[in-house]
Amino acid sequence: MDSFSGILMEAIELILSWDSDVIEIIMLSLRVTLCAVLLACVIGLPLGAIVGAFRFPMRTGVVVVMNTLMGLPPVVVGLLVYLMLSASGPMGVLGLLYTPTAMIIAQTILVTPIVAALTRQVIEDLNLEYSEQFASLGVRPIERIFALLWDARYSLLTVALAGFGRAVAEVGAVIIVGGNINHVTRVMTTTIALETSKGNLQLALALGLILLLIAVVVNILLMAIRGTAARAAYV
Amino acid sequence: MFRRNFIALATAGLFALGVAGPAAAQDDFIIVQSTTSTQNSGLFDYMLPMFQKETGIEVRVVAVGTGQAIKNAANGDGDVLFVHAKASEEQFVADGDGVERSDVMYNDFVIVGPPSDPAGVAGMSDVAAAMVKISDAGAAFASRGDDSGTHKAELRLWKDAGVDVAAASGGWYRETGSGMGGTLNTGTGMDAYIMTDRATWISFGNKGDYQIAVEGDAKMFNQYGIILVNPEKHSNVKAEQGQKFIDWVLSEAGQAVIADYKIDGQQLFFPNAK
Repeated sequence: MDSFSGILMEAIELILSWDSDVIEIIMLSLRVTLCAVLLACVIGLPLGAIVGAFRFPMRTGVVVVMNTLMGLPPVVVGLLVYLMLSASGPMGVLGLLYTPTAMIIAQTILVTPIVAALTRQVIEDLNLEYSEQFASLGVRPIERIFALLWDARYSLLTVALAGFGRAVAEVGAVIIVGGNINHVTRVMTTTIALETSKGNLQLALALGLILLLIAVVVNILLMAIRGTAARAAYV
Repeated sequence: MFRRNFIALATAGLFALGVAGPAAAQDDFIIVQSTTSTQNSGLFDYMLPMFQKETGIEVRVVAVGTGQAIKNAANGDGDVLFVHAKASEEQFVADGDGVERSDVMYNDFVIVGPPSDPAGVAGMSDVAAAMVKISDAGAAFASRGDDSGTHKAELRLWKDAGVDVAAASGGWYRETGSGMGGTLNTGTGMDAYIMTDRATWISFGNKGDYQIAVEGDAKMFNQYGIILVNPEKHSNVKAEQGQKFIDWVLSEAGQAVIADYKIDGQQLFFPNAK
């Protein structure tokens, strides 16, 4: 078995060599994941906020469904998206199968429930705190949603990071709908799976370390934004 | 301020869609549904750039097990099918999913095993006899178990040898349900015998102290075929470019490229187009 220091060295070498193929794969990983998380936030934040801030019939049922969908198995989502986008599926004419767009669609489906369900909890708690003020000021429902989302923005950043973590580490769905095509739909996780299947375990682990590093960088960047924004808010 | 925030989010969403768009726009490419052995051995990385240089057509390979590749192609999700399970390929054509099947190249299957050789089959060339010995010894054998070309060939050989592996499944006969590489990783980890195509084995990076135990039986011949997915059944199939690729693979030039591909001085595939 290869030593961990050897694997670490290989990872460092891979980064330092600035191999254009590796860079391409990293960039595609980021593009697919960030697009999916953005889309998931666009859908999931308002959805979660609405369910969190208002009472309506069947609300508990909606919450249960949202929480359950957080555990969607990636392979199942991959298969469903494949069946939709396949040439013999209902959306086959779009020709999206085996493209990064297909991967973004699959990951958006995986991440949206996470964003929506966690947002629901955050907003529900905050709404309890604010409800008397809202009532006394006669705030309209739409303004209420925006006020809650805005005031919860730092907690929601963590929600988005949870979604990012799920998307960036996911392989089961993207390998089915993307096909792991070299220079087209090959991302970090599918490359790791491929190198493992080639028996290049050291290279696979080195790539895994790089993936982890990317996640760290993204987290640091977001925390920095949060820190700057928080300071600005108190000036 | 709330409004501004919302607009920013919406813009970000549109931006995301915009970024996602361009990759689908490029038109001069075909999708080839193929198998892990051709991909993992590096053959495609070697030959496809040459084809693209000559014709300007980009070939996008989806490498899965033969069973899945055939199903994907039957759904119309690919222009060309390039796999290794002759009976299934002929069925694919007979079902009207493919236009015509042509032989491309061959290599052979081998059985690899641990140096301790618990069944005493090292050096054998009679695969049926070797399989009977493995079964009699109850020595661990890792099977793909994934309906791939290799899996189908392996099941055929067990049947020829008169061994009922279904009864032994979970005992000494272990179905990993993964690709060739995954099965090799798992099998070598539990000192099991594994049947693999020679190309994957030569290029495999995690051999440990494993060696080829059984090889050289004519029954372990592994033929690869190529088929154009039927454009009459699936209107999205790029018949012209797909046919161009098939013609090139079967041409003298394409066949020479296949013969030229070597790892550590060993030729991995032997062209035999008619």
